[in-house]
Formats: sequence, structure tokens, C-alpha cells
Amino acid sequence: MSILVSKATRVITQGITGNSGLFHSQQCRAYAAECQPGVDVFVGGVTPGKGGTTVDGFPVFNSVIEARKKTGANTSMIFVPPPFCADAILEAADAGMELIVAITEGIPVMDMLRVRRGMEKSSARLIGPNCPGVITPGVAKIGIMPGYIHKPGTIGIISKSGTLTYEAAWQLGRVGLGQSTAVGIGGDPINGTSYIELLKMFQDDPGTEGILVIGEIGGSAEQAAAEYIKSHVTKPVAGFIAGQTAPPGKRMGHAGAIISGGAGTATEKMAALRAAGVVVSDSPGGMGDAMKQAMQR
Amino acid sequence: MKIHEYQGKQLFRAAGVAVPQGIVAKTPEEAARAFETLGGPIAVVKSQIHAGGRGKGSFKEQPDQRGVVLVRSAEEARQNADRMLGNTLVTIQTGEEGKQVNTLFVEQGLKIVRELYLGIVVDREVGGPVLIMSSEGGMEIEEVAAHSPEKILSEPFDAVAGLYPYQARKLAYALGLDATAVRSAEKFLPQICRFFVNYDCSMVEINPLIITEDGQMLALDAKVTFDDNALFRHKDVVALRDLAEEDPSEVRAADTGLSYVKLNGNIGCLVNGAGLAMSTMDLIKLHGGEPANFLDVGGGANEDQVTEAFRIILADKNVKAVLVNIFGGIMRCDIIVSALLNAYEKVGFNVPLVVRLEGTNVDKAREMLLASGRAIIAASDLTDAAQKVVKALGA
Repeated sequence: MSILVSKATRVITQGITGNSGLFHSQQCRAYAAECQPGVDVFVGGVTPGKGGTTVDGFPVFNSVIEARKKTGANTSMIFVPPPFCADAILEAADAGMELIVAITEGIPVMDMLRVRRGMEKSSARLIGPNCPGVITPGVAKIGIMPGYIHKPGTIGIISKSGTLTYEAAWQLGRVGLGQSTAVGIGGDPINGTSYIELLKMFQDDPGTEGILVIGEIGGSAEQAAAEYIKSHVTKPVAGFIAGQTAPPGKRMGHAGAIISGGAGTATEKMAALRAAGVVVSDSPGGMGDAMKQAMQR
Repeated sequence: MKIHEYQGKQLFRAAGVAVPQGIVAKTPEEAARAFETLGGPIAVVKSQIHAGGRGKGSFKEQPDQRGVVLVRSAEEARQNADRMLGNTLVTIQTGEEGKQVNTLFVEQGLKIVRELYLGIVVDREVGGPVLIMSSEGGMEIEEVAAHSPEKILSEPFDAVAGLYPYQARKLAYALGLDATAVRSAEKFLPQICRFFVNYDCSMVEINPLIITEDGQMLALDAKVTFDDNALFRHKDVVALRDLAEEDPSEVRAADTGLSYVKLNGNIGCLVNGAGLAMSTMDLIKLHGGEPANFLDVGGGANEDQVTEAFRIILADKNVKAVLVNIFGGIMRCDIIVSALLNAYEKVGFNVPLVVRLEGTNVDKAREMLLASGRAIIAASDLTDAAQKVVKALGA
């Protein structure tokens, strides 16, 4: 009925004693409590050196492995500051977490290369970094997105951007479409999970009937996604690419959003998606309508 | 972050990457002395600005003076330096306003037998760094890629283990280097790859990479870009930052925690989130307007940031209208509106302001806007906002 986040999800927060770590753990706990009354979904946190304490009712552990053993958590949400975040991700993978959602923005690219290398033999799935997280509306959210704009439904969202995903969810709501799961894959050049892996999951998920792909300038992940959609995805797909007016050679906020050497432009990504049969909206104001149109085809 | 060629070469030298002898000069006299110290018979005087295309570029004040020149005497070095220092160099990469040259790099002249191209970047699809080489030194790599892609060799390498010597040999033989040059490459290429990783570079470009008459591989140029996210662990690199090379408003924005890129249009934008900020620019263009900037105030924009953002936007004389587009998620809309109204007061708005708000507590926020009595134009959704701001421009 969804991907990545289900009723079996149990979450700990790495970096729970920091401001944003605690604030968002509280927000996530409140959302989960509304969706699944009486069930503890957010079961604790990790901050090395602060094990044995509690913070606003969350037990704090020194290590992820200890947190997993004592709470039964299978998922980690990471708010650890950039210089230490790569290590935190690897620790979560080593401790046997099935899903790792890294919210942290600003991790050095070289650190992410080491993370990728270190996770080669791990079965853990990393979402992010530099992302809003994952939400299965009506079940739980792991991340910083506002819960109420996401309504339960049958559209899967895959996006590189945070607020643009909120905008998309809000537009989908206006045309009467809810979401099975919305996933932010993050705006960094090297990330944990690609469009393709998520397209496959949504294609295989019986609870998902259509997919909205939101991309931006830089790299060629959207072109690769388009190739995959053409040959493997039978469900309706709509899309939008941000950065049609971005000048080349300038980093547009996200570390990954840069047109270099004439490659990674919005025009080429939009053309690739259209050629794969995706209904692409030219305007960010038309994402909801594009999805609706794709569903009616 | 970018640095100058001479700084890049200093870092190269310290890391064991071979570079020609060179001396920094900030006055014509220093340039003449540098020539003498290097010992001739020839030397190259090179303008130090961050933009490329210096050799073909010329000076606004001295149209027949090039940005890079070959000199044969100390006097010639002095004369050229005199025509370059303090003047404005215009190249294909600087835009027509050009860049003032404050520093020169005087380098020994070498007998060159081959000019090659070397670049290192992180390949997102491969998920690792890749060394790119071509026999066409001195040419823009994009041009080579477009016309003779078979001349581009690319060799992915492991960020942890580095480039293996066999990989260096593979490239050297493919480039047709002779036995002495292959041995030199076997040392040079792994070193430059290690430099890339150790210094958290996002790009290294050496164009041309040369082979001298005696078979040595040397970096004749050094274009280095660092990963901004990793600067916290490279204090030596941060010390090399040249603020004169950066857009002052972009520097000011970065100091406030804002992400700002100046563009050439007349509609200023203030948005939360990078993706939404890019989309807002697209939206303006789609409705016939031209965005004046990209500005992301981040997820948790506070009043100080919004105030500073408005100041930066309004400091741009081209701006004739401003569009605020906020999707309040965790950050509540009413908080943003109170920041907005206070900033509006402090900054003294003199152009039309269109505000589009959505998200948490949006109704309360809209009431606050109305009750403020300010001449702020409210928009209901993205399309409405774009139409209203483009219309406000004509009013």
C-alpha cells in the first residue's frame, strides 16, 4: 500500500539532542500518534556520550547498535551535523538499520563517496542526504515535511527538492489526488537512492497508481529515469523540472543544481521525459494538473 | 570556491605535482625582477583573475594588450605588467564588464613538445571521481567533446585507493607519449588525483598540461574549484579566498545564510527552498517576465534573514517589482508574514510587492497582510502570483 514507510516502521533519530533533531522527532512522533493511536513509532535517539539520558520522553543511546537492540528500531532518521554525518550513516548501516533517512544538508562530496563505498555490501537503503525525508500519509512521516499537506492516496512522488514537493502535494490535493508515499531523494550530487530504484518500487507497489517525478538541473539522473520509465514503468507518470531559467556554471542553492559544460539543462531533461511518455508540466503551477492528465490517459 | 592559478600552483607544488618555476608580481618592477630571477631567455606574464580565456582576452583600457604574454627581457616584462596591472581584462568568461587585474604571475618559459588536456571531476553516475584527458591541449574540452569525442579519454578512479600506476600508463600510452614522458606521467597523474581527493575538489582543470623537451609532464595551468561543503576542514584553502573576484551581493547573502545568485532581469524573488526558488524564476519567465535573481531564504527563515534578503534584492537597481513565494511547512506562514511586514517597514519598499503564501496558518497570515494596510498585492497560487507581478511591472 506504500513504499519504504509502513506500519512496521520503528524509528530512532541520530542527533536527537540537537535543536532540529529534537524538534522534528517531536513533530514526527505527533504525526505518527495521530495516524496510529497508541503505537510508538519514534522509539528513541542516539547521541554518542549522552546514552542513558532521556530527552522529552525519548530514551537516548550512545550507539545505533545499542538503540536497535533495546528498541527494536529498523529505521534511522539522521540530523547529525555535516562534518560527522557520513560516519553516522555508516554506523546506522553497520548496526543493521533497513532504512536510513539522512536529512542533513552540506555533507562533503568525498564523504558521500566513502559512504557509497562503505555501504556496497550493506542491505540498508539510504534516502538523501539533503532531503525532506519520506512520508506515507496516514501512517508516518520520517523527515521535516509538514504532515497535513499530504493526503493518503495513490500517487507516488519522487523529488530532489523539499518545498517544491510540498507545493506538488498541495497541488495534487487540489485536484483530488493523495499520495501513497512521497520521497525526497535530495539535492546533492551523490545520494543514496536514485529515481530508478524508487520508480521500480512504485511500479511494484499495488497501492500506487501513478507517479510524479520532480527533478532539477544538474547531472543526468532524470534522463536515466526517463530511459527506465520508457522500458519498465506501465503506470502513468507526470513530471516537472526546476531550473529552466538557471544560468550555466552557477550553483542554484542545492549542491547538485548546476549546469556544467552545457550538460544537465532543464530543456534536455524535459525532452527526455516527454520522449518516455511522461506528461511534463512547463510551469511549476501545473504539476497537479499534469498528474491528473496523466491519470486520465 | 575558486582560487587563482598561482595559488593553485602553490598547492600543486606542495603536494608534489610538477609545475614550472613562477613568481607573483604586484608591480611592474616586481615583474621585471621576477624575469631576472627566473633567468630567461623567455618568460610568460599571466594576469591572475578567476575567469578563463585570459590569453585571448584584452584590456578595456589597452585594447591591444592581451591577458597572457610572452616576454624576452626584464624591460619587456615591466612594460607589459604596466599595461596590465590595475586595468580591466575582458575575456569570454568575464562578461563585458571584465575583471580588474591586481596580480600577475611571471613564469619561466619552457620548450614544449606536447600540449594535452587534463580534467578531474566527480561523475555522479559512476559515483566517483574520473580523470579526463585529451590530446587536444589548449582547446575547450566542450569543443573537443562536440567535434571529436574519440579524442577524450576518461578513467574513473577510486577515491580511497587513488589512481593506480597502470591506469596512468594506460592513459599515457593512449596519448602516444614517449618512454620518458610515460615515466613522468606515472608519477604526475596519481599525484594530481590524490590532490583532488585530499583537497575535496569539485573540479581540477589543467589546460594545457605539457610535455617538455626533456620529457617531463608539468601543469602549465591550474584551475581548481573546491567543494564549499568541505571547506571546514581546509583552513589553508579558505585563506586563499579573493573576495574581489566574487559578486559583492552574493558574498553578503552567503554571510547571512542566504543562497543568492544575481541574474539580469527586473523581478526580484524571495523564496524558501532551492527547488521552489528555481521554479519561481521559471514561472516568471513563462509569464513574460525576467527574474532578477535566485534567492533561497532556507526552511527556517527568520526576520533578520528576510530583512537582509529584501535589502539585497532592492540594492539591485534593475529590480522593478518583487515576488515573495513562501510555502510554509514547519515554518508557519503567520511568522513569515510578521517578519515580512517588519522587514517591509525597515527596508522602505519602493517597488510593487506581490506575496504568495501557502501552508501552515495561511489564513491568519493573509488576514495579517490585509490588516497591515500596506500596498502589498496578495496572490492565491503560483500562476496568479506570476501574472500579478508581471502586471505590476507595467503599472
